[in-house]
Amino acid sequence: MSEHPDSPQEQPEAVARSGAGKLFDVRTVIGGLFVVYGVLVGVAGLFPTEEGLAKAQGININLWTGLAMLVLGGLFLLWVRLRPLETPGIPGSGD
Amino acid sequence: MHTLADGLRLSMNWMDSLILVIYFAVVLGIAFAAKRSVHTTLDFFLSGRSLPAWVTGLAFVSANLGATEILGMAANGAQYGAYTIHWYLIGAIPAMVFLGLVMMPFYYNSKVRSVPEFLLLRFSRSSHLLSASIFAVASVLIAGVNLYALAIVLQALLGWPIPVSIVVAGLFVLAYIVIGGLTSAIYNEVLQFFVIVAALVPLTVLGLVRVGGVSGLIDKVTAAEGTQFLTAWGGTGFGQDNPLGANWLTITLGLGFAISFGYWTTNFAEVQRSLSAKNLSAARRTPLIAAFPKMFIPLIVVLPGLIALVVQPNIGQPGSEYDYNSAIPLLMAELLPNGVLGLAVTGLMASFMAGMAANVSSFNTVFTTDIWQAYIKPGKSDAHYLVVGRVITAVGVVVGIGTAFIAASFSNIMNYMQTLFSFFNVPLFATFILALFWKRMTAQAGFWGLLAGTVAPIAFYSMYRAGIVDMSTDQAVNMTSSIIAFAVDVAVSVPIALATRPKTEAELAGLVYTKADARTKGELQKGDDAWYRKPALLGWGAVALAALCYVPFSV
Repeated sequence: MSEHPDSPQEQPEAVARSGAGKLFDVRTVIGGLFVVYGVLVGVAGLFPTEEGLAKAQGININLWTGLAMLVLGGLFLLWVRLRPLETPGIPGSGD
Repeated sequence: MHTLADGLRLSMNWMDSLILVIYFAVVLGIAFAAKRSVHTTLDFFLSGRSLPAWVTGLAFVSANLGATEILGMAANGAQYGAYTIHWYLIGAIPAMVFLGLVMMPFYYNSKVRSVPEFLLLRFSRSSHLLSASIFAVASVLIAGVNLYALAIVLQALLGWPIPVSIVVAGLFVLAYIVIGGLTSAIYNEVLQFFVIVAALVPLTVLGLVRVGGVSGLIDKVTAAEGTQFLTAWGGTGFGQDNPLGANWLTITLGLGFAISFGYWTTNFAEVQRSLSAKNLSAARRTPLIAAFPKMFIPLIVVLPGLIALVVQPNIGQPGSEYDYNSAIPLLMAELLPNGVLGLAVTGLMASFMAGMAANVSSFNTVFTTDIWQAYIKPGKSDAHYLVVGRVITAVGVVVGIGTAFIAASFSNIMNYMQTLFSFFNVPLFATFILALFWKRMTAQAGFWGLLAGTVAPIAFYSMYRAGIVDMSTDQAVNMTSSIIAFAVDVAVSVPIALATRPKTEAELAGLVYTKADARTKGELQKGDDAWYRKPALLGWGAVALAALCYVPFSV
């Protein structure tokens, strides 16, 4: 997508590197995984089972854990957006 | 053989399995993406080098937060109570700070890649071969502990017998290392840190609610075990009695100095995390940043151990169907509903794989380059060593499967781990300290000191097992044998060093502390000189905070 011929300022190779860097940004991986887990566990919390509630001392632990993970994952993704990875050699690649 | 009761069988449903499968998919995805081509591997390392020190810092904590640490420290919590915090506050923080403030500039500037390699430069080929061999044996034994820890989890999970679990887990790890390799290690470790915390926090919260909150826990533990069980230093005077069976001097010298400095400052897997940081400033900050989360890990590891003791009062007692190692799986089975349960299983599996992968891959590296290439078949083609590396990985896993059965004979795997550290890490640390800080230290002294320092604790331990020496607990034995290892190493090294000829000043350049550019700050990057990034402030702050953490357990 960034190898568009009409953008003379961009060097395809450098951009591809920065793209790979973004994909490998550990914050993206953590954020993505936590959002997915947050949704999964949170949905389990929306439909609590009698047995599960009894086990968890009457606390809807799935709902709370899901929400907390969703928030943490969101914060990581936000962090990636606000402070993108500075790849050496590509000044100001922030979007 | 200690086996877990069927009561621990976890009732996993499709959601728990899905959570586990997603994690494996992500881990393998990272591994495949990293290995797809040389170019992307370069990219991978490029972005790796530009990652902030908090990432390498968390990887540093994670490399140590294996399944053995989680199961083992919870076991210690149930067995020794609040005394377990010694492993964190006096047994980790000072050594981590020492690594960051004192040793790291040396390591980084003298460009040492591995501990055996340093001994080759500083001493001779004989010390090099000896320490590489010791390292290889230690890695395989510790890999066995990791395998056993996973086998416990698999057995709880699927109800398989321990021997079957050990073999299946071993083959699984072999596949994981072949596919993943080392490249994705740091990423997985950081990821694993967050998954483990997300798994253990709900477990601890529910556990606390179950036993009636913090005050309920204190009341019940005190009623069952006495007030001393919840103190850190109670009964540690000479001739007094405490659950740990060790006095204050043994704790500070054995655990706080010998074991912990040996482990944190010369363990290849740990030091390597710091060395992979982008510059000296970040390398020094790596263990210092790691010290802060490390201090609070007892809250989600040792605390569940104490809770398990209340939930299952006969845990670890003779005749009980639960041994100390089962503290965490026990709470998981008792408290976690489907969903969070999957998360907890994923966290344990994640921590296990990272620990085992680090062990086996550092084993094959050291064996191939420091033993095979250096002494057995030098001067062969690169392809030859690649084949040797692959074969030895498989051999390492198979031998690890064998040693897992040794680990299975210990009711508390952390005790066994510490026994191994006292045999292998402590003498290495003693030799290392002499090599670094004493320019009169010679090659002959290095070899004989290391050999004697390794044999002495093994001899002491054998006498304990044979009943010749009487000690009250396994941990007291470990701390004492660590002190013996350190003392014997130094006592043998010093006279030999004085009797033999040291290397010349020129040969020692960069290898001895006074000769290394140890006090240069290295190349600084933008922002590295901010006040909150000053190594000294971080280091002493961590030590002060650790001292404060003792207060609730000391008054």
